[in-house]
Amino acid sequence: MAIYDARRRSSKFYLGLCYLAVVIGLSWLAIILATLLFEGLRNISPAIFTQMTPPPGADGGLLNAITGSLIMTTLGVAIGTPLGMLAGTYMAEYGRYSKLTFFVRFINDILLSAPSIVIGLFVYEVMVVRMGHFSALAGAVSLAVIVVPVVVRTTEDMLLLVPDTLREAARALGLPRSIVIGKVAYRAARAGLVTGVILAIARISGETAPLLFTALNNQFFSTNLFAPMSSLPAVIFQFALSPYKEWQHLAWTGALLITLAVLALSITARVLQTQRRAK
Amino acid sequence: MNDVSNLKPAPEADSAATISAEMPAQEAESRATISAGLPAQEPAPEADPPAKILADAISNLEQKVTVRNLNFYYGDSLALKNVSLPLCAKKVTAFIGPSGCGKSTLLRVLNRMYDLYPKQRAEGEVLLDGVNILRPEQDLNLLRARVGMVFQKPTPFPMSIHDNIAFGLKLYEKLPKSELADRVEAALKRAALWDEVKDKLYASGLSLSGGQQQRLCIARTVALQPEVILLDEPCSALDPISTSKVEETIDELKENYTIAIVTHNMQQAARVSDHTAFMYLGELIEFGITAQVFTSPEKKQTQNYITGRFG
Repeated sequence: MAIYDARRRSSKFYLGLCYLAVVIGLSWLAIILATLLFEGLRNISPAIFTQMTPPPGADGGLLNAITGSLIMTTLGVAIGTPLGMLAGTYMAEYGRYSKLTFFVRFINDILLSAPSIVIGLFVYEVMVVRMGHFSALAGAVSLAVIVVPVVVRTTEDMLLLVPDTLREAARALGLPRSIVIGKVAYRAARAGLVTGVILAIARISGETAPLLFTALNNQFFSTNLFAPMSSLPAVIFQFALSPYKEWQHLAWTGALLITLAVLALSITARVLQTQRRAK
Repeated sequence: MNDVSNLKPAPEADSAATISAEMPAQEAESRATISAGLPAQEPAPEADPPAKILADAISNLEQKVTVRNLNFYYGDSLALKNVSLPLCAKKVTAFIGPSGCGKSTLLRVLNRMYDLYPKQRAEGEVLLDGVNILRPEQDLNLLRARVGMVFQKPTPFPMSIHDNIAFGLKLYEKLPKSELADRVEAALKRAALWDEVKDKLYASGLSLSGGQQQRLCIARTVALQPEVILLDEPCSALDPISTSKVEETIDELKENYTIAIVTHNMQQAARVSDHTAFMYLGELIEFGITAQVFTSPEKKQTQNYITGRFG
């Protein structure tokens, strides 16, 4: 009985530690969200969505930054997703047993954890220096480089989750491989594939470093892909460090917008995933 | 021959002794002559006329598929050892044997399913209508359209019931919409599923019960009008009612198709098949007419397995 009591006591102790760890971990998230909501909502107004970033001391909004972020994120995903999907499809479907797949997976894992500032520097060297100026296109490319490994990974993982019996059944009907992949495997993995892309969007929508080296920033509204373009992270970076009250307020609001967007994307991804499991 | 006839009236023991001593090569022949001459006599114990007659009955049938000296390797391990047998046209051939004996492997050779995986290879010959399908230049998609397969677990595609069937059809034939609908209906009727799904053809195939899903898979295979259908334990995941429906389906399909079925269920093999092959450790131990294999198997191993003494 003494041994049993001791075990119960130690169980309680360690369980207590677990709870404590959870509380400490989650409380940071709660504090961040609460601060963001408080500071961000305080300054939110229609002007945020209709006016440009102001010069110091004036009122303004974030329209150019929001548009810039949307354009570059969309373009980055549009470039990165097909590349990632094709590579992931090769790895899961065609080259499942090949050395190349092993090699690509290894490289991809490195790219997945590469610091984004390094990616920014790389694109700066390759595109910005050669073109002679900063551009939204370079920004989109650097975001695409971040998207690719995420999509490669999820595409491969999701396709590998599709049971081989399903592929065999389709091949047993005499269907060629391309049709089996396009019409059966993709369809079976659809929710997972979409989740991967959503997570990639969530990942890049907060990236600052690669954009500072490539798209720089722009105080004015611009949709020119070959000129510098504003973005929310870059504006937050610049405004939050500034001594001006108005700029700091706008930075808070921008941070709130990004956080809400990422949160919404993550929740969508979660919902899609549970739907997939329910099936 | 004259000598033998002359010997006939002599005492039997003597004559037999004389024959075996003097001309052993002709022993069998003379013995046959003797027994033919004396109809009342019991047949010689070592000859087994019923088995021979049955074997003849099988060899007289048209062979849709002929497996000859088939060896199959998973990497370095030999999974099928010199297997030879026929699948007779419009007959059901059951493959029985303990797990891992090579039944499913054999089935997967017949439509070259093993080709999907590296390090699996087959040696020998598998003739489909006299043409060796193991030759490297065989078009696998066309082969699989001719030799359909239904798997152990139901595998409906993630699409509607209608599309599950139309999907494969549309790839091989350009059909007008009305004819496509007819073909889908015919296939579902063939698989005894039509009445249960006719009002929800556009519901997801995944919404059906396990037994219905399996019959959907059969319908999908039948729709392509293959010549041979391979069934790999099609009922192992089904309840008895669904099983009996699938068995009825098999019975009907037999009129038009050559069928091979792998099963762990002895009663099922006995119920649905015309011919039975018993396999053990990668070898074909016995092959014959089902009634014969189940009631008086030639080999001890077959008898032990059928009566549940091992396996």
